[in-house]
Amino acid sequence: MATPSAVTRSADRPARPVPTRRTTELVLVLAAVLAAVFGYVEVGVNLDGRVPADAAQYGAALGVLALAAHAVVRWRARYADPLLLPIAVLLNGLGLVVIYRLDRATRGPGAASTQLLWSSLGVALFIAVVLLVRDHRRLQRYAYLGALVALVLLVLPIFFPPVYGSRIWIVIGPLSFQPGEFAKILLAVFFAAYLAVHRDALALTGRRVWRWQLPRGRVLGPVLLIWAAFVGVLVLETDLGTSLLFFGLFVVMLYVATARTGWIAIGLALAAVGAVAVGWLSPHVHSRVTDWLDPLGSITAGKGANQIAQSLFAFAWGGELGTGLGNGHSVLIGFAAKSDFILATIGEELGLTGLVAVFLLYAVLISRGFRTGIALRDPFGRLLAIGLAAIVGLQVFVVAGGVLALIPLTGMTMPFIAQGGSSVVTNWIIVALLVRMSDDARRPAPGVG
Amino acid sequence: MARIRPRGNGPQGLPGISVTGRRAATFCLLLVAALCAQATRVQVFEAQDLNRNSANQRLTVERYGQPRGDILVGADPVTGSQETGGRYAYKRTYTDGPLYAAVTGYASQAYGTTQLEGTEDELLTGTDGRLSGWALWDAITRRQNPGGDVYTTLDRAAQEAAMRGLGTQKGAVAAIEPATGRILALASTPSYDPGSFAGSSAADQTAWNRLQADADEPMLNRALRQTYPPGSTFKVVTAAAALANGVVTDPDAPTGAPFPYVMPGTTTPLVNDTAACDRPGLSLDAAMTASCNSVLGYLGVRTGLDRMVAMAEGFGFNDPKLDMPVRPVRSNFDTGMNQSQLALSSIGQFDTAATPLVMAMVAAGVANNGTVMRPQLVDRLTRSDGTTVELMRPQVYRKAMTPAVAGQVRKLMTDVVENGTGGNARIAGAVVGGKTGTAQHGVGNSGTPYAWFVSWAKPAGSDVVPPVAVAVVVADSDATDVTGGALAAPIARSVMRAVLGL
Repeated sequence: MATPSAVTRSADRPARPVPTRRTTELVLVLAAVLAAVFGYVEVGVNLDGRVPADAAQYGAALGVLALAAHAVVRWRARYADPLLLPIAVLLNGLGLVVIYRLDRATRGPGAASTQLLWSSLGVALFIAVVLLVRDHRRLQRYAYLGALVALVLLVLPIFFPPVYGSRIWIVIGPLSFQPGEFAKILLAVFFAAYLAVHRDALALTGRRVWRWQLPRGRVLGPVLLIWAAFVGVLVLETDLGTSLLFFGLFVVMLYVATARTGWIAIGLALAAVGAVAVGWLSPHVHSRVTDWLDPLGSITAGKGANQIAQSLFAFAWGGELGTGLGNGHSVLIGFAAKSDFILATIGEELGLTGLVAVFLLYAVLISRGFRTGIALRDPFGRLLAIGLAAIVGLQVFVVAGGVLALIPLTGMTMPFIAQGGSSVVTNWIIVALLVRMSDDARRPAPGVG
Repeated sequence: MARIRPRGNGPQGLPGISVTGRRAATFCLLLVAALCAQATRVQVFEAQDLNRNSANQRLTVERYGQPRGDILVGADPVTGSQETGGRYAYKRTYTDGPLYAAVTGYASQAYGTTQLEGTEDELLTGTDGRLSGWALWDAITRRQNPGGDVYTTLDRAAQEAAMRGLGTQKGAVAAIEPATGRILALASTPSYDPGSFAGSSAADQTAWNRLQADADEPMLNRALRQTYPPGSTFKVVTAAAALANGVVTDPDAPTGAPFPYVMPGTTTPLVNDTAACDRPGLSLDAAMTASCNSVLGYLGVRTGLDRMVAMAEGFGFNDPKLDMPVRPVRSNFDTGMNQSQLALSSIGQFDTAATPLVMAMVAAGVANNGTVMRPQLVDRLTRSDGTTVELMRPQVYRKAMTPAVAGQVRKLMTDVVENGTGGNARIAGAVVGGKTGTAQHGVGNSGTPYAWFVSWAKPAGSDVVPPVAVAVVVADSDATDVTGGALAAPIARSVMRAVLGL
């Protein structure tokens, strides 16, 4: 007997044709491409006083990518959520514009064309995932293998030289990527698969300690072990952001699977201990915390503005409406302006208005992911969709909170916007999985309608 | 078991994923909401403070992001802008840096602005709201207007004459058009080139440090920012006060001043510099011509503290905000003194101290029939296309005395030039009135005296208000004959000649 619930489709109800919403998606995708081209033109007009000669080519390139992705969705996932792809296109397009804009203000080889190449690869992988993963439940089979691959990916950078204080890069010739980015998808798959199988055991068995029901070590053991391995490696690599992300993902998925609030309490306690330990032991992390507590402290100490202060200056200069693309001075931030601090340029040149618009785009993307998870029927799919949405949500918070001095800076990339090949590719895969699962969630059951 | 909700569809009646997923979603959306709140805090509420933070280069970047408006003398710009190719795109240049430094001041990327560059900074940088036709729209689009131009009241010939006259000596010149208060010349020596540190490079820093360390203080604006005891030039003020208040009615009649004049409450006589003064019964005219301390000291005390203060303040003494629009330091005439101090103050000693500008106002007030005009350095402000933003209008500062008294004081001053200590200021074809001053200073009067001269001039045979009044001070000269008449009067003469075209 179906419980009355917003998400459980009742078989008693008269069948209605479910709209595919593909035309909505097409219109929104085209609007997203137009918005990005408009931004590109604005940069040209503000910096050179004229429309860039290659604006049409840029628009065509982005348009071809977006339309290819749309065509594949229309062909193979026609019931998919119509907002996921347009938001990805808009954020990616905006990111390209801002990176191009920063290229114009900095010396050295431009990053925009490389980013466009990575974006193309991202869209290609999006298409591949939508085409090849016909049923997301098949991913369950590879959960343990995936976890192992993820761990290897994470360990590899230890054998490469550190870049800017963190050992999170694999550098082969001119190519470099962050395996931690790919690992987070594999980890979400593993968590989802494991928790889908063991959620009852985790929720119900074990000892009671005060008001909390704790699970048996036999059930919790493997997942805790894997999680500890991940976080341990990340701490070794001083990749604070990713370890925070993995940790948050773990707690969120455990709670969603088991509904045990005790998990949150234990998770937070562990996090607090870990944070204090890392903050104590690592000077790298310690300075980040100091900078967060008093972003302008280095100025009063006579050592000039640190990066957080420069980032805040950029946001403040933007005010409500921003200077317009190309008219800001976010290059003053210096190193990592195109990656970790790219949001500061958006805040400065598009203002609070543009920044909040970007946040809201993420909010819609996240809520669509959660909605997909809630609407699905299989526990693995539900947990995976929620996990992927949580990854985006947590990552946006950790990055944006860092550059806005809401939390200590940890150094991660803004999904889709920031410069970084591994990041943009990974996020396209996340969106592809959400598209695939949302198609499954919205598609009418066979035989009905 | 009380905590288990039987309606949940998760394990053993616990809430299912539909419920926990929603809660997790709410949590993630709350995180985004927190980001929006923090962004609002930084971009709206703390923005002002962050924008003005000393370590934030944006204000400087914007300020030097476009060519700065120009400062003009007559129709010719005396400033310019030059592309640097650096982060601060344009830096200030000066066509005749040292010549106009006392007027323009400097606009340096590293060291800020002073003088007109400072007071008119918003106009010159283009941020002045009056430059924009659509202020609100410009604020929204953040359009930066091109910098406006500042037309000064300076007379190039007078300024050059002043600088040439001062030469290598330390000193200052202020010249005013008495009828309007327009400042015709404002010079201070030794001068400096404000263009030498306009940028932000190491060379600019070296130039700045060298100027700062220079014992001769070339960056001190001696015409506005330094006061000197005015000495005998102050006797013009004392004479005006005595005449205006009926202490003296006929300048040519004996004043009743005794000789020797022992200052009230003391046993010290007020000594004179020349034997011509050392007799009783001198007239005011004779006392001024020979610059007799004893007579003018006596008359100052007779006039009384309040009336002396009132007359001094009519010329700009004791005014801390004599903005033109650059702000000079306050010239001092004490308002609480005993009679011996008043006697000394009446001959420009004790702690009476004046800027050259205020002493020029004294001469200008006398020249302009007793009406002291507010000194002004800016003729008009224009937009970059030449349209006027603001036009200077002459303003009355104070009516210090009646035209009749002013006429009597002018006669005293012309007698000084024609028959007395100010002979070096005589100009053929012009009527010149003046007063010399040689002010002692230092411990036991050990310092080289300050040589002063204040004067005005008009074409001979004309009834117009004299077109020029000037004050000159020469401090720490190397000359052997340090007197106002010998050192300062020739400089005043050449400035007046430049204005009169004689």
